[in-house]
Amino acid sequence: MSTLVYINSLDGLAKNALEAVTYAKKLGGDVIAVTNGGCSSDDLSKLGEYGASKVLVDRSVTGNDPQQITRLIATAVESTEATTLVFSHDLVAKAIAPRVSVRLKAGLVCGAVDVPNGDTVKVNVFSGKAFGFVKVNTNKRVISLLPNSFQPEGGGSSCAVEEFNGNAGDAAITVKGTKKPEGEIPLPEAELVVSAGRGLKGPENWGMVEELATELGAATACSRPVADIGWRPHHEHVGQTGIAIRPNLYIAAGISGAIQHLAGVNGSKVIVVINTDAEAPFFKAADYGIIGDAFEVLPRLTEAVRKFKASN
Amino acid sequence: MKILVCISKSPDTTSKIAFTDGNTKFDENGVQYIVNPYDEWYALVRALELKETGGGSVTICTVGTATDDAVIRKALAIGADEAVRIDAEPKDAYFTAMQIAAYAKDNGFDLVLTGKETINYNGSQVGGMVAEAMDAPFLSLASKLEIAGSTASVELEIVGGIQACDVQLPAVISCAKGMAEQRIPNMRGIMAARTKPLNVVAPVEVEDLTSFVNYDLPPAKSSCKMINPENMEELVDLLHNEAKVI
Ligand SMILES: Cc1cc2nc3c(=O)[nH]c(=O)nc-3n(C[C@H](O)[C@H](O)[C@H](O)COP(=O)(O)OP(=O)(O)OC[C@H]3O[C@@H](n4cnc5c(N)ncnc54)[C@H](O)[C@@H]3O)c2cc1C
Ligand SMILES: Nc1ncnc2c1ncn2[C@@H]1O[C@H](COP(=O)(O)O)[C@@H](O)[C@H]1O
Repeated sequence: MSTLVYINSLDGLAKNALEAVTYAKKLGGDVIAVTNGGCSSDDLSKLGEYGASKVLVDRSVTGNDPQQITRLIATAVESTEATTLVFSHDLVAKAIAPRVSVRLKAGLVCGAVDVPNGDTVKVNVFSGKAFGFVKVNTNKRVISLLPNSFQPEGGGSSCAVEEFNGNAGDAAITVKGTKKPEGEIPLPEAELVVSAGRGLKGPENWGMVEELATELGAATACSRPVADIGWRPHHEHVGQTGIAIRPNLYIAAGISGAIQHLAGVNGSKVIVVINTDAEAPFFKAADYGIIGDAFEVLPRLTEAVRKFKASN
Repeated sequence: MKILVCISKSPDTTSKIAFTDGNTKFDENGVQYIVNPYDEWYALVRALELKETGGGSVTICTVGTATDDAVIRKALAIGADEAVRIDAEPKDAYFTAMQIAAYAKDNGFDLVLTGKETINYNGSQVGGMVAEAMDAPFLSLASKLEIAGSTASVELEIVGGIQACDVQLPAVISCAKGMAEQRIPNMRGIMAARTKPLNVVAPVEVEDLTSFVNYDLPPAKSSCKMINPENMEELVDLLHNEAKVI
């Protein structure tokens, strides 16, 4: 039995790629990674340290066109005779995994949080408010793993990287341009997140949120009303209607903790809540709580982090 | 231009999530169903805007049983021309997508819009599956959409940024925040929705590739540890030594 892992390596190997290989290794059997784009073979060979026995790379596919990548993966599944295909459930996989599932007629499990138990896989449902157990009825299966559910486990040795012709055909999508804000840590990937809500009173007060984030090396996020009034950019909005994140640490200042907000952050490992109101619902979901004024607590916390970093 | 908008229902966002029958069924007791927010606020409203400026028609499509008609009428009240219900229990994403794709192919739609994901199963699966079955491009998580002739210009959320791209219609596009602003249905819309066509069509035969066996609730958080707002050194210490996250 072998497992094929799709790796999106266009911007190098992200942590979630290593998580996916680690996960595939846990399924038992041979693990083969398949990727496209221009990542160097030296870099790709590092996937061996996490459990891959080889990496197939099709360098003719230089973008993220889902139809090309679907064809590429289908070719790789055929040539490796893999029965399980693993993705990391990121923005790229969300466009590809469903296509592959239809093409291969292989049952798709999205948002997996654990290794399969026989033919059943545990997933996140109801926006993190519950788990579901999904049974796959087909011989081949596609599992898209929720990022940050498994930590990468390295320690193995590097593996061979083979050039591969995936018969990917032409791209249907013409990319005209890409905007990536310089220096910012992308929120969906961030391990540490500092977030703030209406309690901050106005956009001019976000300096202290950003300072704490910079000191921690964290991304910044916000509640929905804050993005809706235009205090913060839309892509920072987390929750039921924004993005769902699962960082190791989520610090929420001046956010009440409405159920729709929690839906986007309740997968966080540790939650710190700063709120003037001891009755704020967010405290029920928190690990550490501070009843206090964000305008005083945030700068103090930034200072404490600075001291900690200096002495460590 | 003929636009098809895929509409699903989801429990009101404040619903208490519980299960019955030995955790095998979602407990619908007291649950209010709404139109899945992404489908309504972003996909449907953008489709209506495109029709208002460029002409054509907007059809909404739901795979579901007669109990979904109330939710379909809510979506009609926002302004679609007509609704189609494919009369079947949506067993899994593949089943649902094959129904929508069959209908879209037979009826020659130029553009199929879905929401980013349903807020109950959060799979982000149906749109890509419909696209593959139609052999059409799928643009996932669009935050802007313009149509000129047979070209769709979109902005997509990508990791850490935004990508602008063009694609030829027919295409399937999933809609996220930024696409459009929520519209509150007015009285006229609600009245008109009552008499708009809601066509019920028979499903095509499809096997289900997956099935939900049972559910589980996450363990409750152990109680929150309160920290003196004057003592942020203690918090940093706990985050480092106890929680081990920094
Ligand atoms: C269908 C639907 C979907 C939704 N989706 C989302 C979503 O995805 N994400 C989301 O966030 N919301 C969402 N909402 C909105 C949600 O219900 C809440 O209205 C919203 O999260 C509240 O934002 P907030 O906590 O920033 O503001 P508020 O509720 O106004 O809370 C502000 C908090 O700040 C505290 N505060 C005030 N001053 C200070 C101070 N100086 N220091 C510290 N604390 C202070 C207050 O005590 C209060 O708890 C949705 C709502 C609906 C109906
Ligand atoms: N039963 C359904 N009927 C019609 N459209 C649906 C149905 N289920 C999902 N969709 C559409 O597919 C999108 C993604 O759903 P999901 O794959 O469940 O996250 C939704 O936002 C809807 O637009």
